[in-house]
Amino acid sequence: MSVTMRFGPYGGRYVPETVIGALDELTEAYERYRDDPDFRSELGVLLGHYVGRPTPLYRASRLEEAWGIPGGLWFKREDLCHTGAHKINNALGQVLLAKRMGKQRIIAETGAGQHGVATATASALVGLGCRVYMGRTDMQRQRLNVIRMRMLGAEVFPVDAGSGTLKDATSEAIRDWVTNVENTHYIIGSAVGPAPYPEIVADFQSVIGVESREQMLTETGALPGTVVACVGGGSNAIGIFRGFLDDADVRLVGVEAGGEGLSGKHGASLALGSPGVLHGSYSYLLQDPDGQVAEAHSVSAGLDYPGVGPEHSHLRDLGRVTYSNATDADALSAFLECCRLEGIIPALETSHALSYVRDSAADLAGPVLICLSGRGDKDVDQAGEALGIDASA
Amino acid sequence: MPESGADRLATVFADAGRPLFVPYVMGGYPTLEASARHAAILAEHADIIELGIPFSDPLADGPTIQAAGQLALDQGTRPADVLAIAEGLKGGPPVVVMTYFNTVIAHGAAEFLGQAAAAGVAGIIIPDLPVDEAGDIRDLARAAGVALIALAAPTTDDARMQAIGEQAEGFVYLVAVTGVTGGEMTMDDRLRALVDRARRHIPVPVVVGFGVRTPDQARQIGDIADGVVIASEIIRRIGDAPDAAAADAVVAEFGAGIAGALRA
Repeated sequence: MSVTMRFGPYGGRYVPETVIGALDELTEAYERYRDDPDFRSELGVLLGHYVGRPTPLYRASRLEEAWGIPGGLWFKREDLCHTGAHKINNALGQVLLAKRMGKQRIIAETGAGQHGVATATASALVGLGCRVYMGRTDMQRQRLNVIRMRMLGAEVFPVDAGSGTLKDATSEAIRDWVTNVENTHYIIGSAVGPAPYPEIVADFQSVIGVESREQMLTETGALPGTVVACVGGGSNAIGIFRGFLDDADVRLVGVEAGGEGLSGKHGASLALGSPGVLHGSYSYLLQDPDGQVAEAHSVSAGLDYPGVGPEHSHLRDLGRVTYSNATDADALSAFLECCRLEGIIPALETSHALSYVRDSAADLAGPVLICLSGRGDKDVDQAGEALGIDASA
Repeated sequence: MPESGADRLATVFADAGRPLFVPYVMGGYPTLEASARHAAILAEHADIIELGIPFSDPLADGPTIQAAGQLALDQGTRPADVLAIAEGLKGGPPVVVMTYFNTVIAHGAAEFLGQAAAAGVAGIIIPDLPVDEAGDIRDLARAAGVALIALAAPTTDDARMQAIGEQAEGFVYLVAVTGVTGGEMTMDDRLRALVDRARRHIPVPVVVGFGVRTPDQARQIGDIADGVVIASEIIRRIGDAPDAAAADAVVAEFGAGIAGALRA
């Protein structure tokens, strides 16, 4: 079976000629290893004993009651993965591929720092050098993750270009790859970038959907009515959606960053963007009439991205997935409710999905399954400041 | 039917009988007026002018061209402004524009290519459009009479060189280094072998760029290739000049120096 290079019209490989050979090499390696028993068993052991999979399916009864969710509210607890988010599923898969391709060096981009931490972790585990590109703005608002990456032995390389966020970090990582492509594997953290990355990342993340479908059937005897996940580039969302795409009765909802609201600055590329090319693939994009890529905005660094993965663009056009959005303020209030009612500090990214479920409760088909994509330890400084919670006596 | 861009470029290569000098000017850097002036000054010495349309996320460019493009964008430079510079160069050496794919498709590729052709543009270089993705654009460019200039790199294998050669129009831009613009090339056996390999597979002229800074390097490239592109070094020198008059003088002097080296 060949690797998916396009999702409808979206995707492709719009990158400098210099890295085409490496994309071919990656495509071949992925075709060769993805069903290879040794590769699967090595990854499977790591996912089971190192990451802690399968992650639990948890019924969030108090939020369910407070928000009036019909048929039950369930969390797929990716926040309980080692390193604190779903990103490790992909980082481990790709680092094992890199090892088999004989690469000596790993690079990555990161927004919230969760993918950077996951890649630094996976690189430490297999003994490969790792450099993570991170926007200066994100280094400040996700300080904790910068320290974690450095503790794990990764070099965190600040990016000052543009707004110093995920878009700029991704551009810089691609430039590094163009320069060092012969010995370096670039681990993209979201389901974005040139083919075959969107397919590889979605495949490594599809474990979320496969597990949660089975767990829902075991726990409730039925499939969920609605599955909700936040969407920046869209890796946790595509991961959980892939478990349910063929279940026509399961409604799928992706929640983008509404930022200051859609009339202000935001990250809602599927709601207000138009198709274009950024970071190697054709997909929905926030851009001006000349095709200059706009700066996104979100309180959550992981959703602060003007593009989105090509498979999401296709699913949007097909109408298979509905894409909504939540503002910074709504995400923050849902964040706090989740802390107070469930004793779970969710990532600010994830809080966008929570906010959507709270605000749309009356219209949702139950039971509702949310991908709780990450934990919010990284966000305590920023959320605390926004919510007026600090450590002073 | 006016002469196509590919024909005009072919004529320049055929008539020169020596390696061509292809300097790069970023439209809108340091100002729109200054870039138009620098292009006109370089046109006195150049065989082809490469004119950059700034893009917000230039993946193939190093810090120098990134910063120049960002400054141009910050000052409000738009693609139409840069095409107007091309129009002003009509009657001089052929102009090829360099920009990223999203700029080309933003208003529709046919419209963009039509505007470029109307401005007298002979060719277009799109560094994030590899040969396998270029099908539709190649047809539209051909219809508009604008040559789609393909790029080849040190990492391009023989089969891809062949494919690039089969589709090539005007010339092929061979990237001298594995990397982004603005580094420094070294003339060594590896580069000689690369140029040799490219010329074996590619029937149109091969022009080498990325990391060429000095007249000596230009001459070394000229000994083995059909032309040489110099970009970041010109921008760096403009940036270092104390004022606009000094920048104009630096551009003139540098252009004359490279042209002289290639004629020697």
